[in-house]
Amino acid sequence: MTMLMAKPVAPSKDKRWKIVEATARRHGNARHALIETLHSVQEAFGFLDEDALRYVANLLQLPMSKVYGVATFYHFFTLRPPGKHTCVVCMGTACYIKGAGELISSVERKYGIKPGQTTADGNLSLLTARCVGSCGLAPAVVFDGEVAGKVTSSDLINRLGKWDEK
Amino acid sequence: MNPEELNKIATAERTMQSQYRHTINVCVAAGCLSSRADQVQQALENEVKQRGLDSHCDVKGVGCLGLCAAGPLVTVDKVTINGQESGRRESSVPELMYQSVTAADAAEIVAALDQAPVQRLVCPTNVPFFTRQKKIVLENSGVIDPERIEEYIAADGYAALLDVLTTKKPMEVVAEITRSGLRGRGGAGFPTGLKWGTVAKAAGATKYVICNADEGDPGAFMDRAVLESDPHRVLEGMAIAAYAVGASQGYIYVRAEYPLAVKRLKLAIRQAERLGLLGTNIFHTPFSFSIEIRLGAGAFVCGEETALIASVEGKRGQPRPRPPYPAEGGLWGAPTLINNVETLANVPAIIRNGADWFAGIGTEKSRGTKVFALAGRVQNTGLIEVPMGITLREIIYQVGGGIPEGRRFKAVQTGGPSGGCIPEQFLDIPVDYESLAQVGSIMGSGGMIVMDETSDMVDVAKFFMEFCMTESCGKCVPCRVGTAQMYDVLEKITRGQATAADVEYLKDLCDVVRNTSLCGLGMTAPNPVLSTLRYFKNEYDARLRPDDHNGNGAAQPVEVAR
Repeated sequence: MTMLMAKPVAPSKDKRWKIVEATARRHGNARHALIETLHSVQEAFGFLDEDALRYVANLLQLPMSKVYGVATFYHFFTLRPPGKHTCVVCMGTACYIKGAGELISSVERKYGIKPGQTTADGNLSLLTARCVGSCGLAPAVVFDGEVAGKVTSSDLINRLGKWDEK
Repeated sequence: MNPEELNKIATAERTMQSQYRHTINVCVAAGCLSSRADQVQQALENEVKQRGLDSHCDVKGVGCLGLCAAGPLVTVDKVTINGQESGRRESSVPELMYQSVTAADAAEIVAALDQAPVQRLVCPTNVPFFTRQKKIVLENSGVIDPERIEEYIAADGYAALLDVLTTKKPMEVVAEITRSGLRGRGGAGFPTGLKWGTVAKAAGATKYVICNADEGDPGAFMDRAVLESDPHRVLEGMAIAAYAVGASQGYIYVRAEYPLAVKRLKLAIRQAERLGLLGTNIFHTPFSFSIEIRLGAGAFVCGEETALIASVEGKRGQPRPRPPYPAEGGLWGAPTLINNVETLANVPAIIRNGADWFAGIGTEKSRGTKVFALAGRVQNTGLIEVPMGITLREIIYQVGGGIPEGRRFKAVQTGGPSGGCIPEQFLDIPVDYESLAQVGSIMGSGGMIVMDETSDMVDVAKFFMEFCMTESCGKCVPCRVGTAQMYDVLEKITRGQATAADVEYLKDLCDVVRNTSLCGLGMTAPNPVLSTLRYFKNEYDARLRPDDHNGNGAAQPVEVAR
């Protein structure tokens, strides 16, 4: 006897779910497509919320526990929405040796957020990266996806100042 | 695709290139791109067009030119008119290089094409940074446009694949790689030929080849540079490996944090498929091979082969006990060959030039070259490829140009969180797998971080331990709990609250974690602590509780806790 599964329904009418569905379909909705599908959700929406995880679980016919387990295992996936702007300070060895720790402290002092946190107004997220691979330009900081090299504390604060809500 | 067609593409590309009197190459690898090399390229293109020089001057984006510290970098080639040369330059050293170029310099550079170079921008290339290197893996980096397959083919690309498919049996390919003495460049240095042979002999109709591009070591960007500068080289290496072991499906497991590398890989795969260099019946032989990309998601442990396989299968990247080794039971239980990017990138050159050529470079047990990401407190930070057997001193003081600001060298760290810090007295040891292990470090994947007197070695040990603690996957107790315990002791030491007994306890922990962990992450996690304890014990002693000194120097002021 074949079990007829109802086609999973996307959490909203948002067109971005089509991209997610296409990714899963490309892999034949197979269970091993989980990480690829989560990447596609995060790329489209910026983060993974519970609705998204449940939907992916349904799409790939996986238990929610597996999906949650994978989403929380990998650092790249985030379950919270990022701030409007993100500042990623590279904490690779080369950047560390050249003072990345001081960069983090300067943001902490000015904005009162620690790595992984977002300012109360949701404007700025401070993140750290294991290594962005720009070791030749250490210390490196990624501002909204754009890498800047040889950053000093004053450069960093100036740059972030441009994002401050007026 | 047949051999004649491949030849035709190569000849057409070479003819086209030889029509240009000049080629201006702009480095568009990640390092220079972050210093706005894309704007420089645009400005140069506009300038050339405005002056009506587009018929005899080509402006193109190329892969990593190496000296990231001085980026954006631009090189200018003079191509002989109607020259008969193969399109490949004799020496890997560029004749004319400009450094720290901005878009505003474009006019001056183009104006100087047929005249004396723009002196204020010239970056001398007759210095050891360029002349002391030996390029195999990076031979096309900074020379070809990584986004055009024609340029790779014109540089003898895919000739090695054609050669093995039409003239060699799979076991002959394995024998050739074995004879070359190539060892795994991911860090452990396992003989590549032996690995290939095991997978080739393993029973099973379905086999897989996986390229490990999950470059997780903080302070290492070699694989990224290879993927961004010469992606076809890795595809060709994988195809040759697949033919040798009998696989028809390959995966590249690459970090999602490297968007440019992912983009260029995807493009390269599409181009190779369109020309029939990947897909079914390659070169009209029975051999079929296709490659898919799998994105990593930021877990250092996925560099470990069984964890990587779990991740490709869409699971949490946790390692499992071996045996069975992936060579016998890997991806979905099938025999699987896992090689690092740099290992695979060596393969086409070995096939093209022969095992003897490769074995003639380097030392007795470590053949060939090694790519290092040279960074930290050193003048010339960037990407280098040097013959095995070169000394650390040559790398740091000649290629690297020494320590800036007149400071004093203290240690060089190789192997990332799995490696160790090597002090000054060992600077004259040759760089090979065995020598580095002897002094308590490892070759590693190629991160090389230079530290000067401003670096605090206890802090460095703590930095790596924090990394291992966070990255421990949590499956086995020694690693999950042990790394946290070691971190706590190191934290106590840096706060100046530890006693000599704590340091002894730290040593015991190192011993337990090293010997009882499930995978390489735990087994090597104590290395940074052990090597700093071995060579910089005085720095630990100096930070013990003031009332608990072994008489080694005066008490240090206690650092305020975080």
